[in-house]
Amino acid sequence: MVRFVDEFRDADKAQALAARIAERCEPGREYKLMEVCGGHTHTIYKHGLEDYLPETVTLVHGPGCPVCVIPMGRVDDAMHIAAQPDVIMTSFGDMMRVPGSHGSFLDSKAAGTDIRMVYSPLDALKIAKQNPEKRVVFMAIGFETTAPSTAMTVLRAAADGIDNFSIFCNHVTIIPAIKAILDSPDLRLDGFIGPGHVSTVIGCRPYEFIARGYGKPLVVAGFEPLDILQSIYMIMGQLAEGRCEVDNQYTRVVPWDGNLKALQVINEVMELRPYFEWRGLGFISHSALRVRDAYARFDAERLFDLPGVRVADPKACQCGEVLKGVLKPWECKVFGTACTPETPIGTCMVSPEGACAAYYNFGRFTRTRVMEATRT
Amino acid sequence: MGGESEVCLGIPGEVMEIIEDRPDLARVDVSGVRRLINIGLLEGEEVGPGDWILIHVGFALSKIDEGEAKAAMQFLESIGQAYADELTALSGSRIE
Amino acid sequence: MSTVDREQQVLERIDRARRARARVKDERITLAHGAGGKATHSLIEAVFLEAFRNPILEPLEDQAVFSVGGARLAFTTDSYVVRPLFFPGGDIGELAVNGTVNDLAMSGAQPLYLSVGVILEEGFPVADLARVTDSMARAAQAAGVQVVTGDTKVVERGKADGCYLNTTGVGVITHDLRLGAGEARPGDVVLVSGPIGDHGVTIMLARGELDIEADLGSDTAPLADLVQRMLAAAPGVRCMRDATRGGVATILNEIARASEAAVVIDERAIPVRTEVRGASEILGIDPLYVACEGRFVAVVDPANADAALDALRAHPLGAGAAVIGQVKADPPTLVLLKTEFGGTRIVDVLIGDPLPRIC
Repeated sequence: MVRFVDEFRDADKAQALAARIAERCEPGREYKLMEVCGGHTHTIYKHGLEDYLPETVTLVHGPGCPVCVIPMGRVDDAMHIAAQPDVIMTSFGDMMRVPGSHGSFLDSKAAGTDIRMVYSPLDALKIAKQNPEKRVVFMAIGFETTAPSTAMTVLRAAADGIDNFSIFCNHVTIIPAIKAILDSPDLRLDGFIGPGHVSTVIGCRPYEFIARGYGKPLVVAGFEPLDILQSIYMIMGQLAEGRCEVDNQYTRVVPWDGNLKALQVINEVMELRPYFEWRGLGFISHSALRVRDAYARFDAERLFDLPGVRVADPKACQCGEVLKGVLKPWECKVFGTACTPETPIGTCMVSPEGACAAYYNFGRFTRTRVMEATRT
Repeated sequence: MGGESEVCLGIPGEVMEIIEDRPDLARVDVSGVRRLINIGLLEGEEVGPGDWILIHVGFALSKIDEGEAKAAMQFLESIGQAYADELTALSGSRIE
Repeated sequence: MSTVDREQQVLERIDRARRARARVKDERITLAHGAGGKATHSLIEAVFLEAFRNPILEPLEDQAVFSVGGARLAFTTDSYVVRPLFFPGGDIGELAVNGTVNDLAMSGAQPLYLSVGVILEEGFPVADLARVTDSMARAAQAAGVQVVTGDTKVVERGKADGCYLNTTGVGVITHDLRLGAGEARPGDVVLVSGPIGDHGVTIMLARGELDIEADLGSDTAPLADLVQRMLAAAPGVRCMRDATRGGVATILNEIARASEAAVVIDERAIPVRTEVRGASEILGIDPLYVACEGRFVAVVDPANADAALDALRAHPLGAGAAVIGQVKADPPTLVLLKTEFGGTRIVDVLIGDPLPRIC
């Protein structure tokens, strides 16, 4: 029994929660709830959670997949850095197949570039220590969940006097993304399943504008199937009672005030950019982080001459609409034909947290046929 | 996508020991597998052997509050029990 | 047209695309081509099968089966590029012998003779070569085979990462069963001979890049004897495949595709060691796609399933054997997993390469 994991995967409790959710549905009313975070999208598909919900409750998948929102121009910049002499580029696994204008990291690696997959930014720092004659660059991606770890690594590099390590900072922040969704005229949502791990860093307070200003409830949720079902149950409770608040289902991990130390280290090493381009969502102000002047020697953007070209998404790509939840994956014109997990056009299909990849791999077959086949 | 790495996962792990000359590092166990985890982001909190933490890309992001975990399980159990009771009552009434 | 119909159309289009003839669009080989998943299959079908096409090659099983002078023979080859060369539970030498012995065993053959081709890097320590060779000798003895011929090549420093091996094996088939990935029928039972993922995870951890310690060793083992016991007890075996590159998920997809049937497995029934589960969680990989080197999947007639399972469990190498699922008629060519949570998901073919060079 894996503690803190298995208990939250109990099928019987899921049935019970599903029944309670159904009770809270007003007859004849349709509900649309968005889960912002890519990790939630993944869990929902992986465990077939939509099968537990009544027909009238639909889950819309949001833009909380940090790999999915990186524009092609930035991928090209990263590939440009990787191709420089004596550079070892390091990256998380899910970045390896993201397509830029000239292929992905994996393609570049096949052509001879030294690109290595790492599990932690600390692994990249270790590679830098072990290869003093090389310049090691870490492709830093992720929301506020990952930014503190990148920042801590830069601080450690500074403390240890490592001068051949830098980061290519593509960290983005979650609140502007949610705001862009709320301001989008295409979407009518009833509530939000709030990001779990981002909230361990930023806490629950930053979401209050959603309840107060936009009148939608938000419940911060954990990543096990029962966590997500319970948070849906809590949202439906608010809707049934006409309440509209920020609530926390993931209390065992998320402190209401967040992690002060994590916020401090982010602030020490990084600052907000005036604006940043998000794939599919366009330019959003104060939505991304860059390295502060004091740590310029760890900033790949300053150490390397980047092409910095803005590259529009391929015409066929509808990732933007999928990221905003306006289109379901199978509604994208190239889904499953030109764009597959093997030959992805857009990032929604590349990242394991992307809605298209999740749907292609988990939710793809007609639910009824699948249910038939798995009935014992 | 089948089989590919998803690195933005946060997972729970149990602290086995704090490293002697590096109090910002802990040896952590996840289902019998052990790794050194940087607990620098939990500075200011008491972290010791037996504590459970949430691990993400080599760092601890948060200490798992066992009291809250227990409360969460109790809630789920009560819902589960109430549901099971209803089902029993329902099937019981069919026996007549 | 309703939303459901439109979605159905898209799904059907995907299904047709999946079954279409394989083409390789890449200009260069990537690590994905070696992973045992989709890219590997596309490469084999589009390049090798196209060029060599003949009826013996076509089934693309783990071994080729043909008759010579009244004897039915099984013939196979495998190359080993594992890194590191020495790891907990074995080394490249042991892998090279067991891997080829197992590919022969999967046809129900009695493995007899092996050849060994060695490609050495300039500068490779002779002591390490001796160590690898001793391993091969011991493994051959344990498997009941003899190494009867071989070849040695040396390439310049930097061109062979220490040592690459190739083994080719021949065995004799004395049963008259029809075995093959295309023989599975609805109602058949799917068995696995033991816990999965040990080898791949061991290698990943042995690379030392991840700073993870665990009590794990490779599961490399010769399976011919185990297979013979099972066949003796359960003649209704349809298909056997050892779960190497790409793992159990890849085997099941091959079977589902070849048999035009569905394979439905139960997550709770799949044996996985706790440490493999833990390491996989940390690494974000799925044990179903991780290579084993001493485990196989068998599809068995339901009438013989119990006998097959008992025979496996009675043998030291099959102690952890389990029934993991069933073959069904619908939806054809798909592998479905019932999650421990009661939901369902599709276990698709492997894309990309989570763990390069593990065998």
